[in-house]
Amino acid sequence: MKMLINVAETVVADGLRGLAAAHPELTVDVESRVVVRRDAPLEGRVGLVSGGGSGHEPLHAGFVGPGMLSAACPGEVFTSPVPDQMVRAAAAVDSGAGVLFIVKNYTGDVLNFDMAAELAEDEGIQVAKVLVNDDVAVTDSLYTAGRRGTGATLFVEKLAGAAAEEGRPLEQVQAIARQVNENTRSFGVALSAVTTPAKGSPTFDLPAGELELGIGIHGEPGRERRAMMTSGEIADFAVDAVLEDLQPSNPVLVLVNGMGGTPLLELYGFNAEVQRVLSQRRVAVARTLVGNYVTSLDMAGASVTLCQVDEELLRLWDAPVSTPGLRWGM
Amino acid sequence: MLDAEFFCRWLTLAASWVERDADRLTALDSPIGDADHGSNLLRGFRAVIATLDEQHPDTPGAVLAVAGRRLVSTVGGASGPLYGTLLRRTGKALGDAVEVDRDELAEALRTGVDAVAGLGGATPGDKTMLDALVPAATALRTSFAAAREAAEQGALATTPMLARKGRASYVGERSIGHQDPGATSSALLVAALAETAGASGEEDTSGE
Repeated sequence: MKMLINVAETVVADGLRGLAAAHPELTVDVESRVVVRRDAPLEGRVGLVSGGGSGHEPLHAGFVGPGMLSAACPGEVFTSPVPDQMVRAAAAVDSGAGVLFIVKNYTGDVLNFDMAAELAEDEGIQVAKVLVNDDVAVTDSLYTAGRRGTGATLFVEKLAGAAAEEGRPLEQVQAIARQVNENTRSFGVALSAVTTPAKGSPTFDLPAGELELGIGIHGEPGRERRAMMTSGEIADFAVDAVLEDLQPSNPVLVLVNGMGGTPLLELYGFNAEVQRVLSQRRVAVARTLVGNYVTSLDMAGASVTLCQVDEELLRLWDAPVSTPGLRWGM
Repeated sequence: MLDAEFFCRWLTLAASWVERDADRLTALDSPIGDADHGSNLLRGFRAVIATLDEQHPDTPGAVLAVAGRRLVSTVGGASGPLYGTLLRRTGKALGDAVEVDRDELAEALRTGVDAVAGLGGATPGDKTMLDALVPAATALRTSFAAAREAAEQGALATTPMLARKGRASYVGERSIGHQDPGATSSALLVAALAETAGASGEEDTSGE
């Protein structure tokens, strides 16, 4: 597989150097692998720190900036960052008002953020955590590592970020982050496997004419494989899988998210089908976002995330944000 | 008796075997994981060897504690905290002794393995590194060779298992038929321990 890289070993560092060159409003520590908004720490404001394996860009470093994350810690490709990065990020953004760790529910991320929280508290930083686990494809949570964190991460980071920007205290920012996670569900499909730089070939074998239903964002195969379906059929399947779990009484924010290898034209076409299904199921849509936000390198496919919002969450969604990956109102 | 030098030789051999088998570990991690186990461990063990060369810890416990901390700060993923905890807690259990015997190591390893189970929440049979480590810790009371055999058998026995922890659990039934990469790398570490003991003529050190 041809890739636009130098060597696999420097993919993450090369990407960070490029991020730094494009975004002088961010402080990018390529050596320590920490990305911080340049004006941090902000007096009296809670710091938001997230992180995870690389390969999901713009998540998380692309969501650092006013109105969203204070700092992000990119790990190796599809590998959780290490506690040292998270402690460094927490120290860089803590103004004394505390730091919220936003953690996607994967064994590695959870273990490393737990260790980091202990170390940061030893340094006198008040740390709260929120676990993001929105993926309805993982049904048997008792016998797995539990639901994965996927598209909901964007909503948690945006809405909690807006709350932190308003100067809300740590416990309130954490409560909002939890509320968002509890009201958000996702389901993803893959039309192709993913190729990591380290391996150089697809991580699983997906024959032409088939698709994977219920995939994660790390190239791990899904729960089920079927003969290829149309965009409309996929929308029916994905939206119904989400609605089986989340029965919204309030309007929803919709994220139609590309996995990295599917053209925007197809994503918008898929969104039309998603909106059709939502309308048929009498679900009111407040806002819709279409694009590649929580990706899986070059994987073709998409995920649907629905986030049920009340007026307060909708107001936080509409609040100004200025990051490399998400920007409006300022 | 086993001194700090012995533990450094063990980890150095383990690092060279991780280097040799990195592609195989990554290949095992592809169908049921995310295809990076070999490259992640390789990065960690290279850092461990560099740090040991620099710091020269002078007790077995200190060697394992230094190595464990280094793994935590370089590997990432689940393997970093889990292998880091295994070595740190085993090292801590060995205390400040300048030399330890095999029985003391077996007891300390049991403490380390229990800490891994506590951290990851897995039990034997869940298709994880514990399936190699738990039998190895028990068999180490008998001999280094028995520990190696038990770990390797334990890793092979993960093939028909259904994964219940870690990333392989997401593929459900389709995890069956694949050998667990974590159990495989655990068996490799235990095999390197037995190999180092054999080369040092330590096979008979028992605290009778």
